[in-house]
Amino acid sequence: MGNLHTTGTKQALDVETIRSQFPILHQQVNSRPLIYFDNAASNQKPELVIKALEHYYHCDHANIHRGVHTLAERATTAYEETRKITADFINAPEAEEVIFTKGTTEGINLVASAYGRAFLQEGDEVLISNMEHHSNIVPWQLLCEEKGLILKVLPLKDNGEIKWEVLDQLLTPKTKMVSLVHASNTLGTINPIKNVIRQAHDLGALVMIDGAQAAAHLEIDVQDLDCDFYAFSSHKMYGPTGVGVLYGKRRLLEKMKPYQGGGEMIKEVSFEGTTFSDIPHKFEAGTPNIADVVAFKQAIEFIEGIGKSSIAAHEDQLLKQATEQWSKIPGFRAVGTAQQKVAVLSFVMEGIHHFDLGVMLDAKGIAVRTGHHCTQPLMECYGIEGTVRASFSAYNTEEEVDIMSGHLKDITNKLRS
Amino acid sequence: MNGINHIQDEIIEEFSMLEGDLDMSVEYLIEMGKKLPHLDESLKVEDNIVKGCQSKVWLVADFKDHKVHFVADSNTMITKGLVSMLMRVFSGQPASDILNCDLYFIEKIGMNRFIGTQRSNGFAAMIKQMRLYALAFLSKEKAENKETS
Ligand SMILES: Cc1ncc(COP(=O)(O)O)c(C=O)c1O
Repeated sequence: MGNLHTTGTKQALDVETIRSQFPILHQQVNSRPLIYFDNAASNQKPELVIKALEHYYHCDHANIHRGVHTLAERATTAYEETRKITADFINAPEAEEVIFTKGTTEGINLVASAYGRAFLQEGDEVLISNMEHHSNIVPWQLLCEEKGLILKVLPLKDNGEIKWEVLDQLLTPKTKMVSLVHASNTLGTINPIKNVIRQAHDLGALVMIDGAQAAAHLEIDVQDLDCDFYAFSSHKMYGPTGVGVLYGKRRLLEKMKPYQGGGEMIKEVSFEGTTFSDIPHKFEAGTPNIADVVAFKQAIEFIEGIGKSSIAAHEDQLLKQATEQWSKIPGFRAVGTAQQKVAVLSFVMEGIHHFDLGVMLDAKGIAVRTGHHCTQPLMECYGIEGTVRASFSAYNTEEEVDIMSGHLKDITNKLRS
Repeated sequence: MNGINHIQDEIIEEFSMLEGDLDMSVEYLIEMGKKLPHLDESLKVEDNIVKGCQSKVWLVADFKDHKVHFVADSNTMITKGLVSMLMRVFSGQPASDILNCDLYFIEKIGMNRFIGTQRSNGFAAMIKQMRLYALAFLSKEKAENKETS
């Protein structure tokens, strides 16, 4: 761990101090110190986030927006404060363009439903890629089925990048929506979304970005990107579960139909007709997940306190180290070797099932994810059933990567003997 | 039933030496898995698959002298080990015992993690499938007895 400061990364991170803020990391799992490498699925929460949840319930809880009493005022202020901070975090022009959801999945479903149902028409095309998470496939499939749209899929190259040379063939004036992952949860590939957004706009298509894996690692500037919608999840960026963010451009959000009906989202209800609240409340029907939204603010501040670029540099270093060390193990093959990657290393070991590797690493206290990672079409494309995936966060160390390297060698030897 | 319980107790005894250490238990499972006889490739067909989420199990059953005989295999070593234990406990036992016995050894050796909420392997499905085979053989036997009496 000690040599983190001399690894030649842009900015060295004080990993020990960071680790000390994560209570969950300081435990033994199966009689060994926990090594948590399942960060792409969900990463751990710093004390500040946990404390914020506790504080909210201890001191400030009430239902928001309609109360005149002091607690309701406090809760509303805290909830709306997170909205402002989130808007700054992604450089959204206005806080009202930030809608709280329960996660990336809900954000994509919201757009497919509230925009897609109202504005896409039979014969229109929706363009996604072969590396999408199921949550950026299935909502569009359902929409296509319902509305008679055509789903087009950008194919992949062997290294896990999209075959951009066919973009011109697949992105046409018929394309009305492009929905693309910013960074792949399985391959790590970072997509050059800014170019795609520009090209799509030139042809009159809107662009939705699935930022689930990008939010904790990459700078997100929705104005610079000029994306129409951008969705991400708090739980993958040191924040609580059950909170997601959907950014949408005001003019689009305003013309969209509500996603769900209920309280909070209405101006006036009568049986003759109901009028809806303005954005963002139009899309936040019912009592939202107030406590987790309030605590989410601390997660954003945690990331900004360290600086995304420092976090990314540290994670890149771990990725590089892991890739180098594990590549030396006979039979190791990385799945996803794109030029630009977030800190996700998916791999297969020749002749060894990922399930065995996952269980045996767990027995050593190491948490990795195994299987198809909710990207079955991607698995099919590469002719594999699943991978082992290690993914890194700010609190992971070089020593942890070393330890896993050692175990990986031993385990593969044992399984092959 | 005694036969089944006796074998379960034997397995519990073997695992007791590993003192609940997951690492050693998993290695022991793998050793057991390696000893599981290979299933003939011709039997590894879709019809014999017991589906789990991440690992596959093939299971074939036969009924002879009122007893159920199983052969099985898996594409993962750990599941193979689990399968080999089930073979030991169930194969060659009377169908009614397989149906009615309490399968207590799995929890006792700390392996219920593999049958719990994680749909990650075919273990739970396999136990169910073995019992279904026992039930089917039993019903068939009863029907045949009726016909001949
Ligand atoms: C790329 C990607 N998209 C979407 C999702 C779905 O996120 P959530 O489950 O938080 O809605 C995930 C989470 O695994 C993901 O990695």
